[in-house]
Amino acid sequence: MLTVLLATGPGLLTRIGASVLQVVAVGVGGPLLLGLMGKIRARAEGRVGPPITQGLLDLRKLVRKEAIRAEHTSAVAALAPLVLVASAAVAAAVTPLVTSRPVIAGGADVFVVVYLLLMGSVALALGGLDAGTAFGGMGSSRAMTIGAISEPALLVAVLALAVQAHTSNLTGIVAASLSHPEWLASPERLLALAALVVVVIAETGRIPVDNPSTHLELTMIHEAMILEYAGPDLALVTLGEAMRLGLLLGLVANLFFPWGVDVSGGGFAMLVGLVALGAKTAAIAVLVALVEVSTAKLRLFRVPELLAGGFVLAVVAVTTGLVTR
Amino acid sequence: MSSAAYLVGLGLAGTAALLGAVLPARRRLLGAAVMSSAACLAALVGAGDVLASGHAFSLYTAQVLPLTGVDLSLDPLGAMFVVITAVVGLAASCYSVGYGTHQTPSRTATAMLPAFLATLLLVPAAASLATFMVAWELMALTSLLALLTEHRQRPETRDAAQWYAVMTHIGAAAILLGLVLLATHAGGQSFAVITAHRRELSVPLASVVFLLTLFGFASKAGAVPLHVWLPRAHPEAPSPVSALMSGAMVNLGIYGILRVGEDLLGGGELWWWLVVAALGVVSAVFGALHAAASTDTKRLLAYSTVDNLGLVLIGVGAAGALAVVGEQALAGLVLLAALFHLANHGLFKGCLFLGAGAVQHAAGTRDLDRLGGIARKMPATAVLFGVGALSISALPGLNGFASEWLLLEGLLHGFASHSALTEAALLAGVATLAITGGLTATAFVKALGVGFLGQPRSKGAGDAREVGPSMLAGMGLLAGGCVVLGIVPGVVLPALDRATTAGLADGAPRAVLPGLGLALASVRGAIDPALLVVGLLVGLVVIWGALRLVPRSADLRSPRRAAAWGCGREVQTARMEITATSFAEPLQRVFADVLRPDHDLEVTHAAESRYFPEAISFHQRVDDAIERVVYRPVMASVTWWGHLARRVPNGSVHRYLAFGFAALVLVLVVLA
Repeated sequence: MLTVLLATGPGLLTRIGASVLQVVAVGVGGPLLLGLMGKIRARAEGRVGPPITQGLLDLRKLVRKEAIRAEHTSAVAALAPLVLVASAAVAAAVTPLVTSRPVIAGGADVFVVVYLLLMGSVALALGGLDAGTAFGGMGSSRAMTIGAISEPALLVAVLALAVQAHTSNLTGIVAASLSHPEWLASPERLLALAALVVVVIAETGRIPVDNPSTHLELTMIHEAMILEYAGPDLALVTLGEAMRLGLLLGLVANLFFPWGVDVSGGGFAMLVGLVALGAKTAAIAVLVALVEVSTAKLRLFRVPELLAGGFVLAVVAVTTGLVTR
Repeated sequence: MSSAAYLVGLGLAGTAALLGAVLPARRRLLGAAVMSSAACLAALVGAGDVLASGHAFSLYTAQVLPLTGVDLSLDPLGAMFVVITAVVGLAASCYSVGYGTHQTPSRTATAMLPAFLATLLLVPAAASLATFMVAWELMALTSLLALLTEHRQRPETRDAAQWYAVMTHIGAAAILLGLVLLATHAGGQSFAVITAHRRELSVPLASVVFLLTLFGFASKAGAVPLHVWLPRAHPEAPSPVSALMSGAMVNLGIYGILRVGEDLLGGGELWWWLVVAALGVVSAVFGALHAAASTDTKRLLAYSTVDNLGLVLIGVGAAGALAVVGEQALAGLVLLAALFHLANHGLFKGCLFLGAGAVQHAAGTRDLDRLGGIARKMPATAVLFGVGALSISALPGLNGFASEWLLLEGLLHGFASHSALTEAALLAGVATLAITGGLTATAFVKALGVGFLGQPRSKGAGDAREVGPSMLAGMGLLAGGCVVLGIVPGVVLPALDRATTAGLADGAPRAVLPGLGLALASVRGAIDPALLVVGLLVGLVVIWGALRLVPRSADLRSPRRAAAWGCGREVQTARMEITATSFAEPLQRVFADVLRPDHDLEVTHAAESRYFPEAISFHQRVDDAIERVVYRPVMASVTWWGHLARRVPNGSVHRYLAFGFAALVLVLVVLA
């Protein structure tokens, strides 16, 4: 393991710096993207809405509150928010978001990112069951049900890109997409993009799958699962969810529109990469927010149909790629 | 040296069985367990040496079996299965010391566990038709007796044993028929002779042999639709036996398919392997769905075995197909991934069955709807079961992830093979892997979250106490294996590579590069799980440290406890908690077409008015749809024919004489 690190040579410090930069970018950018989506929604509904920095302000408020936990919870409830944020941070560190040469070269793999996201979902679901309440368990059950159908769609959608690029290495996929701009218009990419959009909406709990601002426990999915969290714990859960949103949007942005990603490792190139990442994810976030405003939330048992549609799109994407090559 | 250690292992296992039968009641448990642990260690040394050096050994003696003699030979493929069995067997032997202490174990119970273990160690080394079938039948009989040991406590055990006995013997009959057919046309019953003549067999004959043996081996591996014995037998067996059945015995079905299909028949036709892959796809999806819907811990684990063996069958089928179309390097990679997953499955499923047994032992039930809060009562068991559950859910840093990643890489790169049928199988395989991944995570979040977290749902669960050190040691051995192989999978991959090469008819080039992580040799792809784990730990420490910088962080260590949100109600009881049934309800509703749950709602109205219900009872069962649709009609028709046949011998001597006369006439006509 040490030899792997050393073998990467003189650029090691730069690469560690780049990965840290990516984690910070996702950590700050995720809440900002949520704020942006809230703002766009508010404006579309004719309200002024909270400032874009509201997500960060909420985090500051929550982290300063008293630490408080439900009775009878075990170490799982305490660990779950930490694991959620840590898994999102590692996923952010290995994904080519700002630079295409992240520090853990042996981790920049689409399957690793998918399973790191699963790790966060499992941690939160176990945390929801820990207090032994009706709502927490109900939220975990619903979240896992939706996850059980959206994870396959995510996996097969990224597989379509991996088959096209002949590698599951994210750096390799980004490099291949940069040298083949015509791929952007290829049918398998378009289908995979459609599937991924469905997955992103489901994984981040947006309308029409889940309503993040609901106040009625019976209609909650994600909010029911985290109902028992308060103070610093809730800050971590909120941060982790925002990071997952930022990560997924960044992943979609860089897999399909890789322009601007730093491939050289220079300081200026990284700055360009950061600005490009911000612009691309903001554009996708605006689109998602507009979809949210214009649709109604689906009934819970209609959601699997939407997700199964995403899964079928992803399978068709792979098939199209195999047939048309 | 390796052959001597292996034989010592077999001898010790036999001695353990003998000790279990003859020692006085107080000593027999410990004596048998110590002996069988030693047997496992010796077999581990012998088979490990074969795997490490790559040199097979052969032994022959005419003294034991008359007419044919005993022919043993252990090549790296067989050695890999012996190693898996020995590791799971070591853990199960250790565990059995504590498991049997709550009552005096019967002679059968203590003797049959080591005897079963001995036959499991013997089957992969059998090198002739006669030796193989004797070992296979001994395995079926000893496992049947081991399964039956708790029949006095639970009458369902007898029913499970009947299903198991019938399924395993139909399978054995098919294997025997296939192998006899093969031996008569290949000019000998020794596997070496058959391998030497495998090119002379005609394709139709080889196909018939393959299909017959596939039927038998697939039923042993629990492939749908031959899996029906598994969700009955695994829950009813004592837990060390369940662990051995699920972690070691089902593997031998995979061994048989590889031994016959690749070694004895030389790889054969493309469609054979597509059939294997199709069996795998159906088994994996069906098993994962039922695991997600089950509320009995051990039944859930049994269905999860169907799921995981399905994934292995997909790998074996894809590897066989790739080898037929001439992609040896890719075939080697996929088979390596499948065998690695099989080894990992032995570790985490063994651990999970032992953990479920510990909970059953302490709480008196294995029904998830009556468990809960076990983590506080049995913290060590909870952690070890948790490691197993997270491993099987393929979380990064644990061994399930390492093998699923390899399998995904193998299937992904297999798309370069440019054979349309193979690609269709690969696509189906990848889609299956994706679907079962999410379902497995749901099933094990349910097992872990409902069973171990929250509040106890029954008195038994509330009174549970931590199990003894020997049981924890058995689970700990397997859980430790899960962690080690998850962080540094590279340590076992060279050995698995040798097993893979021996498992393919034409061999295969090396599939992985040496090192601690996972780096593919023939195609581009590498990950380093150790670095990911370091990254996760650094992340955890940094977040924890950052939180402590915040002004009010002093109370983070001992946060104030407050009542959970109950919608304004003050009292929260365990009856308000979610149960395993309700946890699985949304998924069950989504997949109602496959699971076909039975609902039964009865409302009793008050006598005064229909608007006031007096009592509402709701029953729900998720039965095996295949059992209902396929097996019940077959059983009903067999019973019907049986009743019909009973009318023929009615006790009349005249009728029997007429039968004798008719038979004589018939024989004369045929001979004339």
